[in-house]
Amino acid sequence: MSADDTVTPLFQGPSWNFNTLSRTHDAIEAIARDELGMDPYPTRLEVVSSEQMLDAYASTGMPLNYPHWSFGKRFAQQEMLYRKGFQQLALEIVINSDPSLCYIMEDNTMAAQATVIAHAAIGHNHFFRHNEVFRAWTEADTVLDELRHARSFVMECEKRHGRAAVEEVLDAAHTLFAHGVDRNRNAKHQDPAETRARLAERRRAARDEADELWLRTVPQQPEDSASNAEADERRAMGLPEENILMFLEHHAPLLAEWQRELLRIVRWFSTYFEPQRQTKLMNEGCATWTHFEIMTRLRDKGLIEDGAYLEFLDLHSMVVAQPTFDHQGYSGLNPYALGFAMMRDIVRICTEPTEEDTAWFPDIAGNGEPVATLRRAWAEFRDESFVRQFLSPKLIRDWRLFQLVDDRAAPEYVVGAIHDEAGYRDVRRALADQYDPAVLSPRIEVTGADLRGDRRLHLCHWVEDGQQLDPLEARRVLRHLGRLWGYDVSLVERDATTDAELFTFRSDEF
Amino acid sequence: MTIVDRRQNPTGRNLGNRQRFLDRAKSSLRQAVKENIRNRSIEDTTSSERVVIPSDDIQEPTFQRDAATGRRSGVLPGNREYQSGDTIARPSGQGGGGGSKASEDGDGEDSFAFTLSRDEFLDLLFEDLALPDMLAKKLKSVETTRMRRAGYTTSGPATRLNMVRSLRRSLVRRAALDRPGTAAVEELERELARLESGEIVPADGRARETRIEELRETLDRARRKRASVPFLDPIDLRYNRIEPQPEPIAQAVMFCLMDVSASMDEDMKGLAKRFFMLLHLFLARHYEQVEVVFIRHTQRAEEVDEQTFFEGRQTGGTIVSTALEEMLRVAAQRYPPDEYNIYVAQASDGDNLSRDVEICTRLLTEQILPMAQYMAYVEILPQRDRFSMAPRRESDLWRGYAPVAEANPGLAMRRIAEARDIFPVFRDLFRTEGASE
Repeated sequence: MSADDTVTPLFQGPSWNFNTLSRTHDAIEAIARDELGMDPYPTRLEVVSSEQMLDAYASTGMPLNYPHWSFGKRFAQQEMLYRKGFQQLALEIVINSDPSLCYIMEDNTMAAQATVIAHAAIGHNHFFRHNEVFRAWTEADTVLDELRHARSFVMECEKRHGRAAVEEVLDAAHTLFAHGVDRNRNAKHQDPAETRARLAERRRAARDEADELWLRTVPQQPEDSASNAEADERRAMGLPEENILMFLEHHAPLLAEWQRELLRIVRWFSTYFEPQRQTKLMNEGCATWTHFEIMTRLRDKGLIEDGAYLEFLDLHSMVVAQPTFDHQGYSGLNPYALGFAMMRDIVRICTEPTEEDTAWFPDIAGNGEPVATLRRAWAEFRDESFVRQFLSPKLIRDWRLFQLVDDRAAPEYVVGAIHDEAGYRDVRRALADQYDPAVLSPRIEVTGADLRGDRRLHLCHWVEDGQQLDPLEARRVLRHLGRLWGYDVSLVERDATTDAELFTFRSDEF
Repeated sequence: MTIVDRRQNPTGRNLGNRQRFLDRAKSSLRQAVKENIRNRSIEDTTSSERVVIPSDDIQEPTFQRDAATGRRSGVLPGNREYQSGDTIARPSGQGGGGGSKASEDGDGEDSFAFTLSRDEFLDLLFEDLALPDMLAKKLKSVETTRMRRAGYTTSGPATRLNMVRSLRRSLVRRAALDRPGTAAVEELERELARLESGEIVPADGRARETRIEELRETLDRARRKRASVPFLDPIDLRYNRIEPQPEPIAQAVMFCLMDVSASMDEDMKGLAKRFFMLLHLFLARHYEQVEVVFIRHTQRAEEVDEQTFFEGRQTGGTIVSTALEEMLRVAAQRYPPDEYNIYVAQASDGDNLSRDVEICTRLLTEQILPMAQYMAYVEILPQRDRFSMAPRRESDLWRGYAPVAEANPGLAMRRIAEARDIFPVFRDLFRTEGASE
């Protein structure tokens, strides 16, 4: 444990240069690969100024992005918070591309840079490369190309069709950002060019067919085949469809090709972020556990000095702070804190299991392979299933987790399960449900598009637990949606269990 | 692994986006302000104003659940005393439920109203009225700097020490290093003293000497630790970071010249006053310091205070050039043009001695206009002309000034007949070049 006298630290003092950066990165990567068995993408460290960090931040963390006023809005907010000292800048931003881009800020001390490298360049990066969700949803080697395409395409459109016209489409698409993902299908990327060509072909065929019909037959159809045709149409459009953005991209009758491509771009961003939405807790937990483990090992080897380690601890404790629910600083569960705690807890279960652990986790308790177990968990789970699988009674006790039920029909909140024998499973289930992607945004489907009639687009919101839509926001979104669709839009709210109709929004009524 | 230094890349990648955002917010606000102007008295520029803007412009709506409906549950950390089945009262102010629905009907549903402060309102009001040459003058003027807060830093002068941040870091470090607190040491000392004086004996039945020995050792360790781990270490210190920001020299002087001879009645003076007020407000938006000089004239001119200027009575003939000369005298004495942005506003009914008009135009072209940023001449039409449809005979002064104004963009002239003319005139006068309506 104690440092060998011949070992010299990787760096001394707070200042850094490219030598210390590269030396430290190599030492960190060696520990990660040789001792922890991790396997991240190759890394490109990009040194940026704080101003540039703010920039990247506001463009949703992307190294390049298409121009849009909403990023400016975010930038203005972030800048205000930063300038007034309410908030520190994020220490790092990492992009799951191959090679991965890891932004580090020039103002940081060397100890902070080392932490960032271990956290992002190793922790997040390993997670990106191996987690099932990321592998299924994103293709790391095409990320940068897509971003470049998005930017140049949007700028080209602005030149050609004017900024207002482009913004109208983008604004509308942004409102449907959360509804641009194929949750149910295998989400492997389709080659955009291929899709484009296929669609164009399909449209041409449909047109020819219609011409043919018109020329050769008297347009007179027996009554009963109308409903058949309608069913065929629904099938052809793949209804019901949860991916509203994709539906509009393919089927909105009045959109021009460039507008459809804009929708596809926004849909690509939505898909890109989907894995991050589904694995926030694990991803941060993995990165935080990794930086803690690596920094501690560096200290034990004498590769970093106590002063630097102390600074690291300070940083670390800030990251994993978790105020309790009645604290004024409480703003929900901190994914860094809970993720880190769960990773540590898994290590504990693997190495020093109690009887309780053996009963709850028979397959991993005491297996003596904590790091391998973690790696497996990082690869195979997402937040929801991870919590369902690994949240232990001990952690529930340590964190004193409890479930609070808010039923608007009742006059008061009710405390559900708490950290006792009767409550562990319920708390765990409730917490896992909280991370379920289906719960994160309301379930809304396109159910019909009356192409033979008034071309009204029909949507349905399946209401779970009586949680209806915020009417004002819903109307705003529907108005945007109507602009894309080109005709009237209605949205029905139906109770998911009883199928009862609760409310209807119609865009021609507001 | 590769390292790329991006610091030399241009910053402000988002400035374009930021500008887009501001444009967007502004265009709707400006529209709303315009609506609002129609309904308010021009004197009332000081009260704040409720402005309704169509909310689509800067909103980013999404489908989201209404917290006032249905049943939801969440998991929270830090339970202290709750048992399963306990009930907790809802925090007040949240119980309304469905409140937003009530306001949903009718036209107003998709706009939201909010109150602009006076400053914000005026900013918008004057936004596109920037004075000509002002920018040029700004660039010419020597820049001063002003300090502004910008986050925290690890070094700085003692006066900028941020106590809260520093002590917070000190606390973390002391906790991490297990530095014993004063109370803990005192406790040990007390126990040792009482053991030594024989007041108490060790509770676990050990010999007193053993315990004393042990205590001494602990105490010694604690003291050494306290000595080696300082209460406040230089690495704890955090300073407010303050950065200088350049600011242009911001002072202006505004000369108000008015004819108070008998031909100007109270009504006409009232109109002139509103015009001056608006000009003053506008200048006050752009300069930190705006000084105002009031010069009234009949056949003689004198500098007076504001009250006398607007309310004092004087009778006599009209010689406009006296006012211009007085203005030049005051400027030469107190407001050198290289330190002040000079604006001149003149209000008159247009009467002047015919032979004086020539003197006036010469003064204007040779001395005043080269020195001033801008000069505005408003001619107040007498009451009897206000409803007449017949084209008005041009006044002496107007005829004299018109060629000057044509040759010189620094002079603008307009006629005002009643209160509601003032604002449009004012807008015309100071319209930013090239700005569209």
